[in-house]
This record gives sequence, structure tokens and C-alpha cells, in this order.
Amino acid sequence: MRSLLTLAYRSLLARRFTVGLTVLTIALSVTLLLGVERLRDEARTSFLRSVAGTDLIVGARAHPVQLLLYSVFRLGDASNNLSWQSAQWIAGLPEVAWSVPISLGDSHRGYRVIGTTPAYFEHLQTGGGRPLSMASGEVFSAVFETVLGADVARELGYQVDSRIVLAHGTGQVTAQKHDDQPFAVVGVLDATGTAIDQGVYVSLAALEAIHLNWRSGTRIGRAPSIDDVDPKLLEPRNVTALFVGLKSRIATFGVQRAVNAYAIEPLSAVLPGVALQQLWSMLDEAERALSMAAACVVAAGFMVLLTTILATLNERRREMAILRGVGASARHVFGLLLTEAALLSAMGATLGALLVELLLLVLSPWLQARYGIFLQAGLPRWETLRLVAAVAGMGTLLGVVPAILAYRRSVQDGMTLKI
Amino acid sequence: MNATPVLAMREVVHAWPGGHAPGLCIAGFEVAAGERVFLRGSSGSGKSTLLNLIAGTLAPRSGSIQIEGVEITTRRAGACDRLRADRLGVVFQQFNLLPFLSMQDNVTLPCRFSMARRRRTEREHASLDAAAHDLLQRLGLSGRALMQRRVAELSVGQQQRVAVARALIGSPALVLADEPTSALDTQARDAFLNLLNAELTRTRAAVVFVSHDAALAHHFDRAIELADIADSHAAAELA
Repeated sequence: MRSLLTLAYRSLLARRFTVGLTVLTIALSVTLLLGVERLRDEARTSFLRSVAGTDLIVGARAHPVQLLLYSVFRLGDASNNLSWQSAQWIAGLPEVAWSVPISLGDSHRGYRVIGTTPAYFEHLQTGGGRPLSMASGEVFSAVFETVLGADVARELGYQVDSRIVLAHGTGQVTAQKHDDQPFAVVGVLDATGTAIDQGVYVSLAALEAIHLNWRSGTRIGRAPSIDDVDPKLLEPRNVTALFVGLKSRIATFGVQRAVNAYAIEPLSAVLPGVALQQLWSMLDEAERALSMAAACVVAAGFMVLLTTILATLNERRREMAILRGVGASARHVFGLLLTEAALLSAMGATLGALLVELLLLVLSPWLQARYGIFLQAGLPRWETLRLVAAVAGMGTLLGVVPAILAYRRSVQDGMTLKI
Repeated sequence: MNATPVLAMREVVHAWPGGHAPGLCIAGFEVAAGERVFLRGSSGSGKSTLLNLIAGTLAPRSGSIQIEGVEITTRRAGACDRLRADRLGVVFQQFNLLPFLSMQDNVTLPCRFSMARRRRTEREHASLDAAAHDLLQRLGLSGRALMQRRVAELSVGQQQRVAVARALIGSPALVLADEPTSALDTQARDAFLNLLNAELTRTRAAVVFVSHDAALAHHFDRAIELADIADSHAAAELA
């Protein structure tokens, strides 16, 4: 059998151009299939990691998925805010252990500015119940102080004591800047692999302060000195969303019902895990379509494999006759063709798996920056190995077709060619 | 000479299913050990059928074929293949070599399929490659430059010599040659036959050399007409 493997290998090597293209075709199809699977899995774990530790998210009445997207993943904008009074009411409910308000709307060089309270850094968790931690510096305490997410600091080259200016609105290019009131960086967070890394964090009071001299999105006159302002004016009138932690999980549905039934303004309280499930079921169709497309590409790859082997069968009749002449049996000929198919598909599948890891390695910084999806390249996982084995097995199985043809011809031809 | 003939065919009848092609009927044909037999036959006279019958890649309808006293007609296809690998060397008309293997690997190819042949070769030489080298050198194919050439770059005459080396490696009892000189010019043809004969003598292998060219007959111990041993009329009636 070893001699067959060498023969098959040498024969393939002699046809390296067509063989290489075939292997590449299979490799690319496997890359696509694995890539889709990988992206889906990683997106799920990455998203799940982002909502760890929060029992309820409260916002203005909205679809749970929408609320989840803008509050946790900072994708899209809130349609409405909830009033500070409502936020206070929820915070005061007896079942509530803690609540963290966030206020969105401004940005700094493409990164979202999140107005919040120091409690944010205390209560929010990422995967595995890990609390947030400071890479350097400390949480903000004065009005014009800010804490940066790990990506923001790294990408923009900021560190503690840097000075930054916030922009009004969330557009990438904004003419309207709050450049009359710069912020001092007092802390930088450790990387978490979630959207938290992409945020610029300031106090709620800071957001009020920089908007004091603004009306309808335009700056009017000079900003008053912060010391002259009545502290009452710095109290927020509304916030975008509220992260809530409960004393006991059992109370979850009770609190959710109470918030949803709140009479003074229409609110939505959502369970992050449930909203995430809803998001996945919305994406299910698309995911399935994508997987189907990838599977079709793999099937096309197999067709190319079959074509490559079948196309050469005729011109290799001479080769088979020679092999028969030196003592090969028709079964050897069968084995040779089967080995070739196995080698081709195994090489293709392996190359495909390697390509996926390589692509992940190259693309992961971009994916994380753009979509907050944290992908990790590395050793192939169990599912990958299984898929590689399945593709190699399927290729070998398909190899039976040319192998049977060659076997039959070889029995007919014997060691001489009848043309 | 050894008493057991290398090849003995008795009352062999072969007919193609359907009877489209003429069949073959051989009353008796023997080749003694070490004997060099020239078999003349025009194309279409059943040469390749005869060779396939001897090699065991074609099973006759009836009759007996023995290689060194071993009956092959009653054996299964796999056993015939093994017997061919162990005891037979084959040289074809042309395109004898696998283009994706080196000269050396082409020569040692039979040893991949026959343990017996491999062992015999290794008993006489340090290694398979050394045996191939030795054979090629005797056949006038030596030199590093030549060994590294791709097989397809060799001349036809050189290719046929490599084919002879391959047929002779591991000292098979019988060599079947199917018009190996038809693609060579007269001068190359005589040189080729002299080399072949010298090596056959050295390894004491018998040969059945099939050709349409009667002018080659003087190189051999015995010359016969295929028509004399094969009765295609009888086969036609059978079919």
C-alpha cells in the first residue's frame, strides 16, 4: 500500500498545475464553509460575553433586539430616551441591587461616547463573570475627566493625561466639536473583547456640561465656566438605557412586568439572553442560506475533483497497462485512483482549514474594530478536524467512480492497449 | 538445461465474448529455460492476445498454461498478477516508462509489486537503486546527467533500454517482448538486440520476442511463425 501512495503522489506531482488548481478549489470551498461556521460561533460567544452579569436592560419602548443592539453593542441609535425620573424609580425598586445608566449620542473620532456613572466599572461584567479592570489610571471623578476603552487608547495612541475633544453626534466626520471643553484621560480599561473596548466613558454630568450652551444641535456662545454653573443644571434630564442587576434572579420577570407596565412613560425591560436568542432566530434564515451556499461551493469543489481525475483517465490508459505489465493487479489500479482522490481531497481540506486560521489571524483586528466580534485564530478545533476528515472521506468516496472505470478498463486492456 | 519448461501451453482456446474479434487456439507451445524464441506474426494475428494469455491478464476459455510448471489458468486473477510480478519481465513496443518516475524508479518498479523479486534483487546488490544503476550501466546508460534527466527527455532507444533493465531486474525466468524494436532504426535495433541478448545470457532468462520483422530471427535460438502454433480457424469456429 505504501508503494501505491508513493506512486499516486508522484503521479500527482507530475501534474502539479492542474492538481494544484483542484486542491486550491477544494481548499477555498472548505475555507468558506469553515469560515461561515466559525464566524457564526465566534459572533455568538462574543455577543454572549458582552451581556454577562446584567439581568435586565431598560430603555424607551422598543423591540428587545433593537434595545439590545444599541445599548450593549452600540449598533444603531436609540429611537427615544427614558427620563431620569423613571431611571430613579427603577433604581429604587426593592428587588434592584444596582443600576447603571448610559447616555449615548456624542462621539470621539468615530468612537462612541458613553455617559455613565462610576458604577458602570463596578457592575458590568464580561464573559465568565469577569469584572472590568483598569489597565492604568482610575475611574473619573471630576466633570471633565474620561476613561477610555482598550481599543480607543491603543488605536488613537492615548494614555493617562492625554487631552481629547468630544464631537457632537456620532458621524465619522463632524464639524461640530465640543472643542471649548476638552477632557483629560484619567484611566484606560483592560481589553475585554467586547464593545466595551470601543467606548469613551464620561460622567453623565459631563454630557450635560458640554451641552449647556447648545440648542437644537448648534453651539450658542461661549461655554460657561463649570464652577459658575448651578449643580442642578448638571443633573441629567434623561438617559438612553439602564443596565439593571437584581438581588435575586427569581425577581427578574416581576421587575420586567412592572417596568413594562409603568404608567408614566412607555418603557421596555428586556432579558439580554432572551433578546440575544431573538436576534439569532432573526438571523437564522440568513445563516442557513449562507451555510447552504458554502455547502454548494464544496459540492462544486468535489465536481472539479471528479473532473480532474476523470479527464486524465483516457490518456493514462497507457500508464495503467505499464503498471499491469510490471505486476500490478486491476485492484492495484483501483487503489491507485482511489488514493489519488483521497490525497487530493485531504490536501484540499487541510489547506482550507489552514487558510481559515490564516484569514482569522489577518482579519481579527478589523472584525473586532468594526463589529466588536472577537475572533481567535489558533489550533484547529474538534469541529474543524471533523469537517476536514469528512471532506477527505467524501472525496475518497467520489474517487470510487474513476477507480471503478479504471479497474474495468484495466481488466479489459490487460497489459497491452487495444486501440 | 532445466527439465521444466519456462512456458508450456497446451490446447489453449481463447474466444472474445460476442465473437467480434478472431479468437486464438494454440495446440502446443513450449519455451525451455533460458531459451530465446523469436515469434513472427503480422499485426492482427493475435499477438497481444497471446502475450496477455501468457502474462495471465487474460483467461483462456480452456486449456493449460504453465509458467515454470505452475498452472495459471486455474488460479484467481490476483494470483496470476503475483506470478507475473514474480517471474515475468515485459518490454512493450514503445512508451514503456512512467513519465512521472525517474529512470531509476522506473527500473525498480516491478520490485514494488513483488516481494520475491525485491528479495532476489537485494540478495545480489546492496540496494534496489544499486541494482538499477548496475543494470543501466550494462545497457550503456550511465552518468549523472543522464540519471537526472526526465524520462520523457530520453531518446526512444534509451527508453527501450531502460525498459529492458526494468524487465530484467530481480532476474525473472521469462521476458516477454512485444515489438520492442519497431520504433528504432536499423543500427539502433541491432545494438539494442545485442545488448538484450548479452543481458539475457547473463541472467539466464528465457525470452519470447514477438515481431513482424523476420530479419531479426537470426538473433535468436529458435524462430517460429505464430500462424504455425496458432489456429485461428479453429478459434473462429468455436466463437
